[in-house]
Amino acid sequence: MLLAVENLHVHFRTADGVLRAVDGVSLQVDEGQTLAIVGESGSGKSVTANSILRLIAEPPGRIAGVIRWRGADLLALSQRQVRKIRGGEIGVIFQEPTTSLNPVLSIGHQLVETLRLHERLDRAAAERRAVELLASVGLPEPQRRIGDYPHLLSGGMQQRVMIALALAGSPKLLIADEPTAALDVTIQAQILELLRDFRRRTGAALLLITHDMGVVAEAAARVIVMYAGRKVEEASTKNLFRTPRHPYTRALLGAVPRLGAGTRRLAEINGAAPSLLQRGTGCAFASRCTSATEICRRVTPPLEAKAPGHVAACHHAAKEMVAA
Amino acid sequence: MSVLAPDRMVARDLPQVTPPAAPYRLLDIARSQPGMALGGGLLVLLLLIAIVAPTLGTVDPTAVSTARRLRPPSAEFWFGTDAFGRDLYSRVVYGARVSLAVGLITALVASAVGLAIGLVSGYVRWSDWVIMRVMDGVMSIPPVLLAVALMTLTRASVGNVIIAITLAEIPRVSRLVRGLVLSLREQPFVDAAIAAGTTTPRIIWRHILPNTLPALTVQATYICASAMVIEAILSFIGAGTPSSVPSWGNIMADGRALWQVKPSLIFIPALFLSVTVLAVNVLGDGLRDALDPRRPQAG
Repeated sequence: MLLAVENLHVHFRTADGVLRAVDGVSLQVDEGQTLAIVGESGSGKSVTANSILRLIAEPPGRIAGVIRWRGADLLALSQRQVRKIRGGEIGVIFQEPTTSLNPVLSIGHQLVETLRLHERLDRAAAERRAVELLASVGLPEPQRRIGDYPHLLSGGMQQRVMIALALAGSPKLLIADEPTAALDVTIQAQILELLRDFRRRTGAALLLITHDMGVVAEAAARVIVMYAGRKVEEASTKNLFRTPRHPYTRALLGAVPRLGAGTRRLAEINGAAPSLLQRGTGCAFASRCTSATEICRRVTPPLEAKAPGHVAACHHAAKEMVAA
Repeated sequence: MSVLAPDRMVARDLPQVTPPAAPYRLLDIARSQPGMALGGGLLVLLLLIAIVAPTLGTVDPTAVSTARRLRPPSAEFWFGTDAFGRDLYSRVVYGARVSLAVGLITALVASAVGLAIGLVSGYVRWSDWVIMRVMDGVMSIPPVLLAVALMTLTRASVGNVIIAITLAEIPRVSRLVRGLVLSLREQPFVDAAIAAGTTTPRIIWRHILPNTLPALTVQATYICASAMVIEAILSFIGAGTPSSVPSWGNIMADGRALWQVKPSLIFIPALFLSVTVLAVNVLGDGLRDALDPRRPQAG
């Protein structure tokens, strides 16, 4: 077990009250595994990812629960110890490559700096490693490009540099928060291929945060679906796509365009996600759910196993009896 | 510019299109930033004049001679002489020393101190309120009054002029830097640096500070220009540079009484002051464009 998050709560104190961004989420990532977290904006998926490395500002944020990284509780570590893990054992790739690179430092500079944070390297050795890293993420002519400033690169190239930066510390886990959201589709495919290739070569695990079911299908072995700060379903990618148990998952899958599906209108999900400021009783998705009944509005559905390795939080999800 | 980025990307991929090896060659700057070249060139020229003032055919700028009062311009006295028979040309050339020293030292000190204060107050949140209220207080004192107060407490000297103007400029710089830091610290690249395990001092030093420098440099040129003007004002009203030292403000103050008889006593130092201030301002505008790393590169 590489990473185990148990009962994670992340709350933010705001002027309007306490915002429960993440409300009791548990997840596990094994060595070499790819776990995807999907959900719409505001579902808490990025906050979950950011709290793993304690990148949430405290205050106004507050993180509770247990985050176990190779046995050690990350929430109990000192700032100094967490800093060692950040960019070292755990690398992070952010959504916006354009703004995630410092505009006044050349990419080589930023790489050398990050490399030297985590390894004892002299400048020349770090520069050689930087060129290697840039080559390994598929940046053409890394030797010449190393002095370039970020604005000289295209979005796809910038994201390659971001990945090189995340790989600088030879991480065992890579957290990728919407790594392809700002890129066009062909570049998306290249970046996903790059991440897959990196996993194959190093055996590192990947925690992929995305809102794109297409990306999930392509990259992840397991999926967690989040809605309004809670995990509503978790299964292997294959099972989730074949038999989605939660109506929200079904709705998400219905909103994915498919080739050869004719001119059918994409199914949209009516309504908006509920406010995270006050949580009523009942299922958070009930007001938008087509199959919601009385019990959905009254009782919060527990997360329970519906099939082997498949959990969902829905009163109406069919339960497949496990042959004992 | 952003629209063009993909095209440039493609162009740069072609092997025959090589970017300029040294982007900061002087000629390139002169071509792409004519204003900066002009302002910088003028300023360098004035600096040279100030440094080598004794060798520029000048005489002692303070030598008084009743025998040659108010001479018109001639081969001996290029700009004529003033009411005390002092050589106006020598006085104006030596006056460049005072103006430039005041301008440059004020700009440097005010920028450095303001930068430090702004960084602390922008990054260390609890200190912000206290620091900014103190700055508000300092800011509410007009620099001219502050200078007059300092003069009465001590005595007239160029050093006091510099202190008075610097004190007045520091709050402005620290406000500017603080504002920049507040927006920079929310930038994703700062988050990315934190996520990469960078320590706080290093983040301030490598990621925040360099990004404040373009705006700060531009602000420094404006401070330099305004310091020179304030020095002239202070000297003109007798609260600045002591009258024994020729500065452009002093020369104008001395020539004030004879304004109708001999206007050149005011016009010539005023012309020098205006050209210098203009040069510095033009340089500042040019720097603002040149220091933006995202600017389209020339060629």
